[in-house]
This record gives sequence, structure tokens and C-alpha cells, in this order.
Amino acid sequence: MSKVKQIFANHKAFVGFVVAGDPSLDATVDNILALAAGGADLIEIGIPFSDPVADGPVIAAADKRALDRQVTTDDVFAVIRRVREQSNVPLVFLTYANLVYQVGYQEFCRRCAELNVAGMIIPDLPYEEQDELLAATQEFDLDLIQLVAPTSKSRIKKIAQRATGFIYVVSSMGTTGTRDNFQTDLRAVTDEIRQYTDTPVAIGFGIHTPEQAHAMSQVADGVIVGSQIVELIEKAGDQAPEQLTAYVREMKRAID
Amino acid sequence: MTTNGKFGGYGGQFVPETLMQELHEIETTYLKLREDPKFQRELHDLLDNYANRPSLLYHAQHMTEKLGGAQIYFKREDLNHTGAHKINNVLGQALVARYMGKRKLIAETGAGQHGVATATVAALLGMDCEIYMGKEDTERQRLNVFRMELLGAQVHAVTSGSMVLKDAVNAAMQAWVADVTDTFYVLGSAVGPHPFPMMVRDFQSVISIEAKRQILEATGKLPDAVVACVGGGSNAIGSFAAFLDDETVQLIGCEAAGKGVHTKQQAATITNGTDGIFHGMKSKFLQNQAGQIDEVYSISAGLDYPGIGPEHAALAQSGRAQYVPITDDQAVQAFEFIARTEGIIAAIESSHAVAYVEKLAPTMRPDQTIICTLSGRGDKDVAAIARYKGVKIDE
Repeated sequence: MSKVKQIFANHKAFVGFVVAGDPSLDATVDNILALAAGGADLIEIGIPFSDPVADGPVIAAADKRALDRQVTTDDVFAVIRRVREQSNVPLVFLTYANLVYQVGYQEFCRRCAELNVAGMIIPDLPYEEQDELLAATQEFDLDLIQLVAPTSKSRIKKIAQRATGFIYVVSSMGTTGTRDNFQTDLRAVTDEIRQYTDTPVAIGFGIHTPEQAHAMSQVADGVIVGSQIVELIEKAGDQAPEQLTAYVREMKRAID
Repeated sequence: MTTNGKFGGYGGQFVPETLMQELHEIETTYLKLREDPKFQRELHDLLDNYANRPSLLYHAQHMTEKLGGAQIYFKREDLNHTGAHKINNVLGQALVARYMGKRKLIAETGAGQHGVATATVAALLGMDCEIYMGKEDTERQRLNVFRMELLGAQVHAVTSGSMVLKDAVNAAMQAWVADVTDTFYVLGSAVGPHPFPMMVRDFQSVISIEAKRQILEATGKLPDAVVACVGGGSNAIGSFAAFLDDETVQLIGCEAAGKGVHTKQQAATITNGTDGIFHGMKSKFLQNQAGQIDEVYSISAGLDYPGIGPEHAALAQSGRAQYVPITDDQAVQAFEFIARTEGIIAAIESSHAVAYVEKLAPTMRPDQTIICTLSGRGDKDVAAIARYKGVKIDE
């Protein structure tokens, strides 16, 4: 069983997200550790990209803040190295295809394996374009997390059959960012996925309140929170680690 | 031709999963329509009777004499309805959208020509229209913004990034992801995920299909060179398409070197770009070593794009086409030269191609010919040229 899949084995998982380098590399180390302390089961580390087209304004602004400080992919790997001195919390990367392509798919995966990063989520690398990266993730025993969208329809079967780690179900159309309502019939989507695979399913995009997290945990094996955490980090300043730990605890209670 | 949306190693579909089903549906619909005589009749009827095709192939005698070399012909896309080649592609894509039952068109625009064309065709076909344009460009091209609004389109001034074409594409893609069921994204250049580069190439190939027939009628032989400006590269790929198999025809794309290819303020993608993945395609991009996409610059809002269509990247790699950088200074000089010599105010984009013709023609013999595509007319650029020259005019 893959490292990521194990996380979902006995309980509903809480997956958090931070943009590496926002507001600084030091703060990112502290914030990751704070999420882990609150009980985050898996943390997505965003490698900032100049043009994050799948992301809404909150995460895009965080990417920009990080890039204005000249954060590079190498810096992000250095952050992980520092986290690993203190914590074995499961980590995956979330970034765009070009950044991984520039490092080289194989080299990127090698460096992930070296730092015990369990896999990656690449929102602009759909099924049809994955072959090369997939080969590299398999070589290093990493998970290439598959995404399923409300529009995936007849594509769900082939995506589910390829999935390892977990399947990232996009709750709604559009970019990342908090939402108050979800139009998509998520139970129908998760039910269909489960016809084809026993890979766990986590729902992301828009979730920010404990009530939403609780509702999502009724249909999925985990919930993913991105923009809300990024916004909390932006607003809390020095208080961010403390608030992150408290926030994760509250969300964990809601989904347990 | 494409295989799985690939041109050599370039192209593909690097987009969020939310769009994949839609891209497959567009591809399936388009491949069917491409072979459908009814669709082709409808498209060509609009091209001929609405867009004013075929466009002229004009023998530029004065320029030919002045430069003292090859015979120079201009393919006059500037004479099309809405004043640019953009209308060819928009008519095609809007018809595909209508066949798919869409009621809304969205588009990005740089200089505004593609936005104006999309707003125009939306009005003609009774569809809703929203245009995404970098805020910087809305200020550079205020007249075109007003034109789009007159035509009933809603113009969104995009304030992210450097507020130019790249950012307008990002915003349009995000709007499309949010509303993909009702909306058709009319991509303005031969860029983006498959099937767009193929569709745009096909719809713009009318330029070279006509030009080939016209030059054969005029001179009895193929041209020796075809020259066109390249941002994303839609008029260039349209100008090259029918000549790709004619090995004797030299194909030359002119890209924006801005303030010079050794400066940061340029957009010469083939000259300085490297392989990458962006805006749905694998192609050449101006980017840093880590893969962050550069903010680029050209005097021409239509050419300051950090990438290039994947078919151009493949043509450059195979050597079938050459790409040359042209600076702002050279383009402005050519803008004035063609205005005074031929009485044509050409778009500043097209003036990049004219600038290269000025270099190329004298190196050729009088029995040789060059076709240069005038992709659009320069009305929209007159104020920018005046600013560049420090002339104050009252808009």
C-alpha cells in the first residue's frame, strides 16, 4: 500500500496546503510543523508558479508574494529538508507542470524520494499527458495524485483505474478558493469512483468551515483545505503557527 | 498535420481536468464539421460576403523599386472586416460554438483586434460575449475597448501579473473553467491546448490558400519567400500553411525583439525561448531557469506574448521555417516607410514583417517574389506611434 493510501486506512483524513515561501521560507517550515501538530494527516506543499491558472486569487497572491522573494524550486526542497529534521508528517507537492518539467521528471521524483515526499499533484497535467511523469513516479515509488472534476463524466473510469495514493475530487467548477455552496452531486461522483477503485477519495476546492468539512467527510475519505489556510497565514502574521494548529484541530474534530 | 495534438514534440493538452471533456468534445465536433460541406459552405459564405474575402494580393511597386530587389506583394488581411486576419478564425470558431449549442463566447485580447472580431461575430450570431484584456492594454488601446463595448461585449480589465496579454489568457482560461458548459473560449492565436492550434491554423490557412492562387495568377510561379509577424503566430501559420510542402518557398516569421534581444524588454520567443509547458501546450517560452514565465515587452500589444504556437516551435526545430527578431525601432521605421511609400497604414504587428522585407528584398533578384502578410491595419496604433515619436495628438 502506498504511503499516502495508508493515511486514509482507519479514519477520515485532513489535508492542508501551504505555499512554500509565503511569507518566508522560515515561516513555511514553522507553518508546516504547526499543521502537523494540529493533526493534519497530509500536507500539500505548493511550489509557487508565476501563472497558477487553476488557482483563485488567494493562492495566486501567495504565489506572487513568494516569487517576489525569489523563491525557487531548490529553495522549496531546502524547506522540506528542514521539516524532515523535525517531522515525518506525510507531504506531497502541488505545483504546475512546467516547474517539474524544468527540473526534469526523473530528477524531480528522485529528489522527492530522497526527502520522503510521497507524491505530487499537478493540476495542469491531465491523464493524457502523464505517461512520462508517471513512469518516473513509479520508478521512485511515489504517487501521482489523480484529479476528478465535475465534468469528468466518462473519463472517471480510466482516471480511477490509474489512481494511487488518493483521488482528488474537485468539488466545483472554477479555480481554488472558498465557497459557500456546492452545486455538484459529490456523492454521485465518489460512488462512481468507488466502482472502479479502492483508492481513497478526498474532496477539495472551496472547503473552509467545519460544517462543510463534516458534510464532505460523509461522502469522502478526506477533505482538502487550501485557500483558507493560505489566507489565515496571510492575516495572522507571527501568530500563524498557533492559529493553524487550532484550526486543524477544529477541522479534525468536525470530520472524525 | 497533428497526431494527438502534437506537432513534433510540441503541443498537447496541459489543462485542468475540468476542461478535458470539453476539449475532446470540441475536437470531435470540429473534426466532423471540417468534413461537412454544409459547415464549409456556411463558413465560406460568411468569409466572402461578410468578412470581405478574398483579400487582395497587392503588388507593392513603389517599395519594390525603392528596395531594388525582389518583387514585393502584400497579402492584405488589413482590408478584412474589423481590420485584421482575426476575423477568419473567429468566424470559424464561433460557428463551431454554435453547432455545439453554446450561447456565450469569451476571448482574450492583446491589442484588441481579436476582441473586436469576437465581439463583432457574437453580435452577428446573437451570442453573449465577454472579453478579457490586460488593464495595461485597455489603456494602450482605448478605442478598441470602446469598439467592443459598442458591439455589445463586456470587457474585463485584467489586473493580475503585468496586466497584458499573458494575464488576459490566464483570466479567460479561468473564466472558462468556471463556466465551461455554456461557454466557448474563442482562442485568438495558434496557441493553447489541442485542438485550438489545429483549428486556428485551419481557419487562418485561407490566407495562404488564396495567396498561392493569386501569386500563381500574377506571376505564374510560387513565391520565393513568405514573411509574416509572429506573436502567438496565427497569421503566420495561416500564411505558411498552404506552402509548407513547397520546399522552395522560404517561410519567415518575424518576432518582437522590443528594445533588443539582449535586453529584458523583448518577446523574441524562438530566438531566446526554451522548451516548457504553459497555457495548455508544450512549446517554446521566455522563462527563467526554474520555469517561471517571463513578463515580456513589445511596442505592439499583439506581440508581447511569452510563448509561440506549438506548430511554429516544431517548424523552427525542423528548420522548415526561420524566425527573426525585429526591434521596436525597426518596426516603427517600417510602419512609416510603408505608409509613405505605399499609402498603407499597417498594424505595428505587421510592420515587424515589413521591416524584415526591407532587409530581405535587396538581397534577392527582380525575378524573385516575396509575399508579406499585412495582418491588420494600423488605425489602432497611430496614437502609440505618436507617443513613441514624442508627438502630442488629440485622440
